[in-house]
Amino acid sequence: MQPIISVRGLHNAFGDQVIHHDLDLDVMPGEILGVVGGSGTGKSVLMRSIIGLQEPQAGEITVFAESMRGKEEDEATDVRRRWGVLFQGGALFSTLTVAENVQVPLKEFYPDFSRSMLDELARYKIHLSGLPQDAAHKYPSELSGGMKKRAGLARALAMDPELLFLDEPTAGLDPIGAAKFDELTLSLKETLGLTVFLITHDLDSLYAICDRVAVLADEKVIAIDKIDALLATKHPWIHEYFSGPRGRAARPFDRREK
Amino acid sequence: MAQPADFAQEALPDGGQSLRFSGTLAIAAIGTLDERLRDLPATISKIDLSQIEHIDTVGAWLIYRTARDHDAQIVGADKDAQKLIEAVSGVDAQPEVPAPSTPRLLWLVNEVGEAAVEAFATLLQFIGFIGQIVKAIFELILHPRRFRIHAVVQHFDMVGVRALGIIGLMSFLIGIVIAQQGAVQLRQFGAEVFTVNLVGRLTLRELGILMTAIMVAGRSGSAFAAQIGTMKITEEIDAMRTIGVVPTEALVIPRVLATVVMMPLLGIYSSIVAITGGGLLCWIALDIPPATFIQRIREVTPITDFYVGMIKAPVFGAIIAMAGCFQGMRVQGNSEEVGLKTTAAVVQAIFLVIVLDAFFAVFFSYVGWD
Repeated sequence: MQPIISVRGLHNAFGDQVIHHDLDLDVMPGEILGVVGGSGTGKSVLMRSIIGLQEPQAGEITVFAESMRGKEEDEATDVRRRWGVLFQGGALFSTLTVAENVQVPLKEFYPDFSRSMLDELARYKIHLSGLPQDAAHKYPSELSGGMKKRAGLARALAMDPELLFLDEPTAGLDPIGAAKFDELTLSLKETLGLTVFLITHDLDSLYAICDRVAVLADEKVIAIDKIDALLATKHPWIHEYFSGPRGRAARPFDRREK
Repeated sequence: MAQPADFAQEALPDGGQSLRFSGTLAIAAIGTLDERLRDLPATISKIDLSQIEHIDTVGAWLIYRTARDHDAQIVGADKDAQKLIEAVSGVDAQPEVPAPSTPRLLWLVNEVGEAAVEAFATLLQFIGFIGQIVKAIFELILHPRRFRIHAVVQHFDMVGVRALGIIGLMSFLIGIVIAQQGAVQLRQFGAEVFTVNLVGRLTLRELGILMTAIMVAGRSGSAFAAQIGTMKITEEIDAMRTIGVVPTEALVIPRVLATVVMMPLLGIYSSIVAITGGGLLCWIALDIPPATFIQRIREVTPITDFYVGMIKAPVFGAIIAMAGCFQGMRVQGNSEEVGLKTTAAVVQAIFLVIVLDAFFAVFFSYVGWD
């Protein structure tokens, strides 16, 4: 099976500070890949490199078998219309309502769609992202943090993407909201057949929805595997991450040791 | 390449019609399907999906909407299609909320009313803001330890020292322009020598201070509004309040004080540079040597002109800094507000400065300083 995202020999550095060195990563179609790592290990930088917001010093990045190195905003549009990105704070356009936010990518790529078609599409995307319909005409400043993330998700889903990037989607949500967001991600993956690149610190999300987990440390991906296999590895950071007090608490009951 | 989405109509034995879809029912291949489906006659009773290659939520929505509007039955949908149609159909369980809209005339009345109320509320807020500043000044006199000397010095640097270059350049050019234009006009009467009066009096009394005020409003008034506005959005000001720091004392007083102190100094500097520029032009174009020029300046420019400038400068400084801080404090909600309030700060500051300048001009003539 061809990977959807393939990263080879990625090198990122800010001045003297090396973030990634010789990093390799593959994301397979139809999986939810969780990306974890301590603060400052470059999870967001990795995502920004893949989606072309950060030009790496070296390395090859292909998405849908197309190279993303050195692509400007108006290039590689065939790839761009096949992915959706949810930024940490939602990154909604603050001067537009939620419905208008969802319509931005549609209008950009399909200017021929009629007004009523756009309204209908926005309406069911907002529904799919789990927002109430009266949120459609609100501005981002009138929404709570959790609703902003859902609205951001609705915009990310606007183009019916095959690939979804989520940057800490459950950060800052209450446990109920976070669990619902996890459920939503999983159900979207199952109904829409999405591939999800999920950056998270949320151990519950990792257990609940991730098919595989990639661990970033020491400037590269030190392990990428099913979570059960990671539990068995001896790397000190991975061990501390999954077997620390929080890691153990998040583990489903049947997987707890002793 | 995927086949574009299409459908064929077939008559059914029971009198209804069936739609047989084919191709890729996905957003990229949907084309004009939406309009064609909207224009269908109302007798569709069956929708056949067995021929389609691929479907996404956009396709599912169109199928679902058509089936719903015509009360038709969907047949031949595979598991993916069924899942998608079910997922998008959930939207109908929720009532549609129309976008809020008002009739034109009512909208106009609304806008006018809101603007009037807003203007009045802003006036009240501004009075309250001045009250806060006065209160903070008395608090600081009673508790001098709370006075933030570091912040004041930092703003001396930002407002004063860093403005020297641009204000100097501007004043120098203004001085040259006054002298050059004055010389051209006065030459008609053979009175070129009065160019010196023009340069000395105009720069000290009016233009030195006024141009400096406009430059400071553009440089520092806008910066104050943007800084404080951003701090409001990032909740830094709320954080200050919870710690027990009064934002007016910590943010507004240092800025206002720094601007009030710096404006007269910048004004003197600006006037001197402008006179230098004028003198240079007089030397080159009118053959008035620098020594004569300086002597003439001292003779023709009364000391009251200098006083007029020095009385106006701190008042302008206070107006500029207060407008900037006030607008910054009014920022609420999103980043767009910061831009709007920054613009408002500069426009209000320059407007008020010019209004006050007119007032001062009449006043000083009246008291005999002319």
